[in-house]
Amino acid sequence: MNIRHYKQEVLALTMRWVRRLSREKFSMLFTLVQPMLFWLIFFGSLFQRAADIQVLNAPNYMSFLAGGVVVMTVLNNGLAGGVDLLFDKENGFLERMMSTPIHRTSVILSRYLFVMAITGMQILVILGIAFLFGVTPETGLLGIAVILVIGMLFGIGLTAISMAMAFSVKSHGDFFSMLGFLSLPMIFLSSALVPLSAMPGWMQALAFMNPMTWVIDAVRPLIISGWTEAIPQVAIALIILAIFDAICLYGGAKAFRRAIG
Amino acid sequence: MSAPVAIETIQLGKTYGSVTAIQNLSLTIQSGEIFGLLGPNGAGKSTTLRILITVLEPTTGKALVLGHDVVKEADTVRSLIGYVPQERAIDRFLTGREHLELLGDLYHLPKADAQKRIQELLQLVNLEDKADLVAKTYSGGMKRKLDIACGLLPNPQIVFLDEPTLGLDVQSRLKIWEHIRQLRSQGITIVLTTNYLEEADQLCDRLAIIDGGTIRVTGSPQDLKAGLGGDRLSLTILHSSPDKLAQLTAGVRPLSFVRDIREMDNGLDIRVESPEKSLPAVLEVASRLDCAVESIEYQRPRLDDVFVAHTGHALKGEFPDVDTE
Repeated sequence: MNIRHYKQEVLALTMRWVRRLSREKFSMLFTLVQPMLFWLIFFGSLFQRAADIQVLNAPNYMSFLAGGVVVMTVLNNGLAGGVDLLFDKENGFLERMMSTPIHRTSVILSRYLFVMAITGMQILVILGIAFLFGVTPETGLLGIAVILVIGMLFGIGLTAISMAMAFSVKSHGDFFSMLGFLSLPMIFLSSALVPLSAMPGWMQALAFMNPMTWVIDAVRPLIISGWTEAIPQVAIALIILAIFDAICLYGGAKAFRRAIG
Repeated sequence: MSAPVAIETIQLGKTYGSVTAIQNLSLTIQSGEIFGLLGPNGAGKSTTLRILITVLEPTTGKALVLGHDVVKEADTVRSLIGYVPQERAIDRFLTGREHLELLGDLYHLPKADAQKRIQELLQLVNLEDKADLVAKTYSGGMKRKLDIACGLLPNPQIVFLDEPTLGLDVQSRLKIWEHIRQLRSQGITIVLTTNYLEEADQLCDRLAIIDGGTIRVTGSPQDLKAGLGGDRLSLTILHSSPDKLAQLTAGVRPLSFVRDIREMDNGLDIRVESPEKSLPAVLEVASRLDCAVESIEYQRPRLDDVFVAHTGHALKGEFPDVDTE
């Protein structure tokens, strides 16, 4: 494979998404003022009193929630990332691209890079707003960098799932239904909103098997606890993500190959 | 005398589970010709086209484009061909120029070469003044022009067009045909799919009739029509009787240009070579034998007849044919 050609393809394809975003004024606005921000600010403030600090093991609910909101952003962006490729498939643009000598993975990689770049910026905005509300990351700037890396790694598997959906569904209506069906349970059956210990037994069991829980449980200590508690959690998360990503990439590749004849 | 072969398919087949889209499809396309795949929707023309442009893999058989296998040497094939899809495969948020620039990068063209090529193409399709407006603002005709420019960007030796004039008005259709003929004059091979008989007849050098996933017949429009056995002369006489018809048949048969005679209820259906000699000669025979001619009809075979002869049914496109004269 020619590296120079590959870079040329991926750069051009990624710039396409950037150009589109800069032209869809409404989308741009939405990207900056993310719904996740509202979750953080409103939920965080709402449950100040209702949340038991003992149960949370955190200074306040907002600092607890911040970790969850960061990973929720990765989840939503990652799972929805494939939708533009679905539109490309529907209007024939994908076929046009596939008739050129590009490497078959460029289209997916460019989408991943774009979605993760946006996600990274959104995470920084979330942490920034949380900071304004008094949430200071215990592991500082390095910790934030680690959070971004973990987010990007989680994003790999999520992007693969999104692509698999985009290439397998018959219409974009199905895509959005599937998206809702997947993302909401994943959020509630995780440690995003409450610690596992506070959940009823059956929810705990399901949340335990949710990779998102492990990701959040690595991001959260980076924000509220410090390096000693965070490092082992991060290590566990990395192992789980390696397995998660491998499975998703395998499944995604199969779906892709089946869609491209 | 034989031109080099641009495309060859050998027993090409594609199945999706239990559905067979195409089977045993073998054809040869010569360099520099306009080759048409004619058939109704669902016949397998798009499937064949998509295999040739390497976005679909065949289940059986193989296809060689410019000597390269479409599966094993897909990237080589891709860099040599251009594709103009049926749908307007366009990104509404990008400008015309940006489409071409993107494709330039996907074909790995160096920036300077790409810019020059893009300028040429925009001039060629007359999109220069609209090149920097987003495609959302383009009319249907402009989008089509952009499609063509995109298809020609890599300076391809073969251009594939999927139903190039589907749904277009007569003016636009004729313009597109002109474009295609111009491409041919530059030595480019053109492969197109169509379900318009008129298009196959007037535009294509050679065509293949595809129906139900297989090729029924291949040849130039003229050869295919001639293959039906000539033009048809239908004679109807007054006061017809089996005796009179037998006499008439006997009188007409020895004429040199007559290929075949069939007796009908009130007259004869005669297959002849050309109108000039046949019309007066047949009339003369009828008059000599005292058969009063009620009407005489002369019909050149049309591609419709060829289609019916080889598939057993008429070609029903989803859109009305422009002119079936």
